[in-house]
Amino acid sequence: MKKIAISELNSLFAAIAADRKLYIPTDDSTGQSQFTIWEEGSILSRNVNTVRSAKDSFFPQVENLMGFKVTGKQIELIETRDPAESFAVFGVRACDVRSFDILDRVFLTEPVDTYYAQRRENVCIISLACGKPSETCFCTAFGIDPAEPKGDVTCWMTGEALYWQPNTEKGEALTAQLSVLVDADVADIEQEKAAIRATAEKLPFGKLDLSAFGQGKTKELFNRPEWKALSQSCLGCGTCTFICPTCQCYDIQEFNNGKTVKRFRCWDSCMYSDFTKMSAGQPRPTQTERFRQRFMHKLVYYPDNNEGIFACVGCGRCLRKCPIHMNIVKVIKTMGEGTK
Amino acid sequence: MQRVKEKAIELLRSGEVSRVLGWKTGEFFYDLTPAVFESVEEVEKGFVFSLFSGANLSKYLIAESKKEGKIAVFLKPCDSFSFVQLQKEHRIKRENIYAVGIQCDGMCDGESLRSAGCEGMTGVEDGESLTVHTLYGDQVIEKKEALLGKCQTCKSKRIVDFDELIGQQGEDVPSDRFAEVAKLEAMTPEERFAFWRTELSRCIRCNACRNVCPACSCEKCVFDNPVSGVQNKAVADSFEENMFHIIRAFHVTARCTDCGECSRVCPQNIPLHLLNRKFIKDINELYGDYQAGADFDSRPPLMDFRMDDPEPSVIYTRGGAAK
Ligand code: SF4
Ligand code: SF4
Ligand code: SF4
Ligand code: SF4
Ligand code: SF4
Repeated sequence: MKKIAISELNSLFAAIAADRKLYIPTDDSTGQSQFTIWEEGSILSRNVNTVRSAKDSFFPQVENLMGFKVTGKQIELIETRDPAESFAVFGVRACDVRSFDILDRVFLTEPVDTYYAQRRENVCIISLACGKPSETCFCTAFGIDPAEPKGDVTCWMTGEALYWQPNTEKGEALTAQLSVLVDADVADIEQEKAAIRATAEKLPFGKLDLSAFGQGKTKELFNRPEWKALSQSCLGCGTCTFICPTCQCYDIQEFNNGKTVKRFRCWDSCMYSDFTKMSAGQPRPTQTERFRQRFMHKLVYYPDNNEGIFACVGCGRCLRKCPIHMNIVKVIKTMGEGTK
Repeated sequence: MQRVKEKAIELLRSGEVSRVLGWKTGEFFYDLTPAVFESVEEVEKGFVFSLFSGANLSKYLIAESKKEGKIAVFLKPCDSFSFVQLQKEHRIKRENIYAVGIQCDGMCDGESLRSAGCEGMTGVEDGESLTVHTLYGDQVIEKKEALLGKCQTCKSKRIVDFDELIGQQGEDVPSDRFAEVAKLEAMTPEERFAFWRTELSRCIRCNACRNVCPACSCEKCVFDNPVSGVQNKAVADSFEENMFHIIRAFHVTARCTDCGECSRVCPQNIPLHLLNRKFIKDINELYGDYQAGADFDSRPPLMDFRMDDPEPSVIYTRGGAAK
């Protein structure tokens, strides 16, 4: 274990950023936090989490896939892939670190998504334990420990120092480059960990009962009458899907100017009216079916395909940001109650 | 505030209405959800009107008023402006609605408390000031610091249209809602451009602003329509997103009541209201004071023609608006 004084954080970031891009959470002009590229003068946010999740690092909102140039009857393929460059993301919370496992199971199984895979290979994840969880946090319901996030390196922050623990080869390699870090005693952070776990114990949804969900529950839940009331005032805005660290749906579209074609992908949302639109029609004609999809995917379909693992990490973003305050906790509680 | 719930029960019980549009309790004290209640039991179990009933329910009436039977709706003063504007645009069926106006002293929400410095919130006591219970101890904050942005610059306490009132009818109140617009106007074009580029760069194009907006009532937005040729799930460049907001602001000009919902729901805290208010301010200066949703008779300036209508470009090159 290593450490560095909080007052020296800037030199740590400078050292990491010496040979790669470094993203850290900083406060925007409205006081919310966002992952931004570190530069001299950047100040680490003290908010519990960022508005957008860390998935943006591997799965950006818009990304070029390839281009085509048409001359007469010739079609030429143009490579538009970003060059592979290594980067680091600092300050990833335990929930977001877990979300990478969930995304990996989608993007890294055959056929492998090479765009995602390339970024995933090139990243060094530096996680940060959560000093002050929010009431909307319920990571513990999914067995995530906010006091011990995973990642290539795990960090803890106490009043005076940032503690640094490499977990993987990548993490060790980075640590070896950072002469600003000094040796520290593992025992130094026990108190901090205990404090985080004590708060986590008190989280209102930390022990959410998930027994109504999981593998094989489709038949029981699909036609439940509660979906209608739950989705009744949903605006279909898609905010919940865009800020969610585990939402992974995208659309592939093309810009075509008659001579060149740019093929790109962009985030899509199951909450949108054209998401499943096909020439034959729309199998999810109203917001109720769209809404149901989002939660069934997280809580039943994904577990069905992934040994029971839920595709929610309890980050609480959808609890904070839904304009009508409808969210996965309300769904879990309402359905759970109806099952009893 | 209990009277609002009692009224909902009374209206359902007497058969005056068959449904009630209101706010439903959440898991926290602040996360109320707009909901339709169909029985006295449902109201008793879940209806609440509190400091956190900020959501404007008017837009739901577009769909709800077209259904069978009469629906009661609860409207704060600002919501009633949207309600009237929607009627002027023939978007709702007034005869199917029983409107209850509610006096309002300003609303808060979880995010506005968070901006005021609260985290880990588990409860609140509403008094002179707010005592917020958190996982980390109690915090006392001034109510006005915790108010929603739209409430900090409230333009009117008047409920424009209602069948019944709870509390006092109010009046238009002096508000400095154009102060920030004036600040932007005083900037150089370069500074202003930089300001908007920074603010709008955070947009994730979730469309919450558009979907919540009572003035955005098209059945299918052109930007959602795959055959429109301008559907844009992705942007060609970083300016396109910015354009969307400018175009949307134009589209709702003179119909936007300044209800403030767009800025309230934006997950990225983008000050969208400043775009709308710039248009409202310009209209006031060019065509005389106009407030969308304030009455039933006035003609919206951009849908009206008068021989003495000013020519904006001429006015501004001559140095200032005619008034
Ligand atoms: S659940 Fe909320 S955030 Fe998600 S689409 Fe519906 S209104 Fe928007
Ligand atoms: S569903 Fe909500 S709480 Fe769960 S991971 Fe997504 S945003 Fe976070
Ligand atoms: S959900 Fe858990 S891991 Fe995520 S920010 Fe909250 S406390 Fe930290
Ligand atoms: S609500 Fe905010 S983030 Fe979403 S589209 Fe509107 S301005 Fe962009
Ligand atoms: S543009 Fe914003 S302030 Fe104006 S009516 Fe729509 S939601 Fe309300």
